[in-house]
Amino acid sequence: MNYFQKDIETMPRKKIEELQLERLKSVVAYCYNNSRFYHDRLEKAGVGDGSRIKQLSDIQYIPYTTKDDFREHYPFGLRSVPMKDVVRIHASSGTTGKPTVGLYTKEDIENWSDCVARVTVAGGVTADDIIQISFGYGLFTGALGLHFGLEKVGATVIPASSGNTEKQLMMMRDFGVTGIVATPSYALYLSEAIKEGEHPLSEYKLKLGILGSEPCTPEMRSQIEQNLGIYVSDNYGMTELGGPGVSGDCPERNGMHFAEDHFLPEIINTETGEWAPQGEVGELVVTTLTRRAMPVLRYRTKDITRLIYEPCSCGRTHVRMAKTMGRTDDMLIIKGVNVFPTQIESALVGTEKIGPHYQLVVRRENFRDTLEIRVELIDAKVLESFGELERLRNSIENKLRSVLGLQTKVTLVKPKSLERFQGKAKRILDLRNVENK
Amino acid sequence: MTISQLSIFAENKPGTIYEITRTIADAGVDIRALSVADTQDFGILRLIVSDIEKARQALNEDNCVVSVTQVIGVAVPDKPGGLADVLKILKDAEINVEYVYAFITISGKNACVVLRVGDNEKAIKILNDAGVTLLSEDFIKQL
Repeated sequence: MNYFQKDIETMPRKKIEELQLERLKSVVAYCYNNSRFYHDRLEKAGVGDGSRIKQLSDIQYIPYTTKDDFREHYPFGLRSVPMKDVVRIHASSGTTGKPTVGLYTKEDIENWSDCVARVTVAGGVTADDIIQISFGYGLFTGALGLHFGLEKVGATVIPASSGNTEKQLMMMRDFGVTGIVATPSYALYLSEAIKEGEHPLSEYKLKLGILGSEPCTPEMRSQIEQNLGIYVSDNYGMTELGGPGVSGDCPERNGMHFAEDHFLPEIINTETGEWAPQGEVGELVVTTLTRRAMPVLRYRTKDITRLIYEPCSCGRTHVRMAKTMGRTDDMLIIKGVNVFPTQIESALVGTEKIGPHYQLVVRRENFRDTLEIRVELIDAKVLESFGELERLRNSIENKLRSVLGLQTKVTLVKPKSLERFQGKAKRILDLRNVENK
Repeated sequence: MTISQLSIFAENKPGTIYEITRTIADAGVDIRALSVADTQDFGILRLIVSDIEKARQALNEDNCVVSVTQVIGVAVPDKPGGLADVLKILKDAEINVEYVYAFITISGKNACVVLRVGDNEKAIKILNDAGVTLLSEDFIKQL
């Protein structure tokens, strides 16, 4: 088993918690003394400089930080060091408003790179690897985050950036690339380009992929692994928390290990804002324990997951987070059941005879919620007999019922009749408050 | 001797069948025989047309889901029991008939019928032996 920082990654839980408590106290004091934003917040909440924090659960007295806080204090309102100590600025794409800015001191970059290095080593990277980074460089945290982390591991890094697939493939062959960093959709696209190109997969030396920056269902991941003959590891992070490397999965593939010496995760009930019982599903909240330029206390990630505290057979002792089940802002509640579009997507991907696009229509009929799932029929063979068409529809409904625990209505529609989205897909049509109330 | 049949997926929403028939008409293709199987949610439209390739191409361009199946066309005397006699021949040979529908036009003293059976080859042989007139693609083009 390979680790990047074995003594930290396999530290006994008691030690981790002691370290976290010490760092929590120190980051609260640091925020109180260095950030005007947090000073006022902590003062108002009665937490002050955190000297009364006695145990980790006292974190519940600290107010949450939200995406809106980042927006309202754009660009540098959350800064906690003089600008001369800031060595880098990153920012999110800002698809939902002003970009989210991340600031880093030299020490922040070191710690971040350590976290990324751990994730990549857990994903199989060694100093012998030649890794092509096909994330777009620029303000986005993904490319440079992976770049610095991989260099720390000692791997050879090719900053290919995104685009120009032919050239990407040529470099992969000519430089003997063993691993790629890309979005899942680009990795899938590359695999198709290889299949259609003149150079068979045997001319490539690929063995691993570190994919990220967009959601990837387990089904999509195994398709990429199959197409490219590689091992794909998953990781988690976001600009608000500094970028990738917050957590990453190990070969056990049963959750992503947090870098718990740098981040303190909690799970809360989205509606009440209270702590969820241990092991239950809820919204992930994360506190950065070591960031200097821009520490963040109790950031509400809006990601729905659960924390796994049981020991992992990989030897890492840091808590794992389950694959995110969706986001609080796209969760649907139907007949009291929480439904995430990602669950539906993973049930539909890999179903033969239908296309990958879908639309969800939620209605209220006779005071009961109904969920209709519209999918495109693409295989004409089922038209041979009416029974076959009905069987296809029923099998999709059964699959969805077992995934969602909910009876849905599947409607087959013509190919290309569902809307295609360039950017973020809007696949949910909730008519419950529109139609005959 | 078989003839080609188009099966087209039809969503259950207003205008679907209109759009399909319009597309075929705009391609300059004639519909010879037609049947619709449907439930509340969706249907399959089955057609025998004057020019199957043209119709298929036009429907494909319109993003319809279309499949082509080989079926048997028979001419049965236009009198009571005409169809029953043909179906008896198949029943006696234990050939399963999945569906039957009639042509829109009548040619001379005969009514034309489309048969979708479990075993085309066997059915053709039995019907030929019994002296039943089978329809050819050419015949359908000229109707």
